Amino acid sequence: MIPATLITAAPLDHARLVAALDTSGIGAVAAFLGLVRDHNKGRKVLHLEYEAYEPLALRGLDLIVAEAREKWPAVRLAIHHRIGRMEIGEASVAIAAASPHRADAFAASRYAIERIKQIVPIWKHEYFEGGDVWIEGATADPDNAKAREEALRIACA
Amino acid sequence: MRVTVRLFARLRDIAGTGELMREAPAGANVASVWSSLVTDFPELSAYEKSISCAVNADYSRFTAAVSDGDEIAFLPPVSGG
Repeated sequence: MIPATLITAAPLDHARLVAALDTSGIGAVAAFLGLVRDHNKGRKVLHLEYEAYEPLALRGLDLIVAEAREKWPAVRLAIHHRIGRMEIGEASVAIAAASPHRADAFAASRYAIERIKQIVPIWKHEYFEGGDVWIEGATADPDNAKAREEALRIACA
Repeated sequence: MRVTVRLFARLRDIAGTGELMREAPAGANVASVWSSLVTDFPELSAYEKSISCAVNADYSRFTAAVSDGDEIAFLPPVSGG
């Protein structure tokens, strides 16, 4: 059985992710892939290395699934995040949201990616032409109500 | 008591290791464990305002008390996705 949430060093397979979802009564699946981009802030990116605090990262993904269920009770969400070295164009994160209707599937998948960037303890180490840098985004605090509201606002825009 | 400290990303680079065993006095909390680390690795102080923490692989607070054998993780700002 394919778990709904996963931190893995293996390449992501979107079809497997969708297969993890029970699609009975489902009319729409929104599928999102985050890819390693070849540029960032004017730098030519060569590759990325992702690091995670794995047990907490998994807990964070589970928390996002639970939050989404609270907001969209009929949505089934699966989130797989890859760690380790990734080349340009490879998928670092895969999200699938299944719902009776498309609007909630799109909203829940958008919510999931916004929340990943806010609270899940995963870090990108960017190797670019001329150097390398750890990318630092948000202070991870799942109890930060403002951040959660912002993710919801973006998801429902 | 002894606690395990886990460091990630840039914090790990600064300390030169991702895992340290530290002695902590009775009554220590996450904040005091962090302060003792900053004493040994002053560059960590730049993260004072932006880190969050976990105790035994669950999100926690700097005010949380720590117990013998706990795993305390310090998390620089995250950048997954």
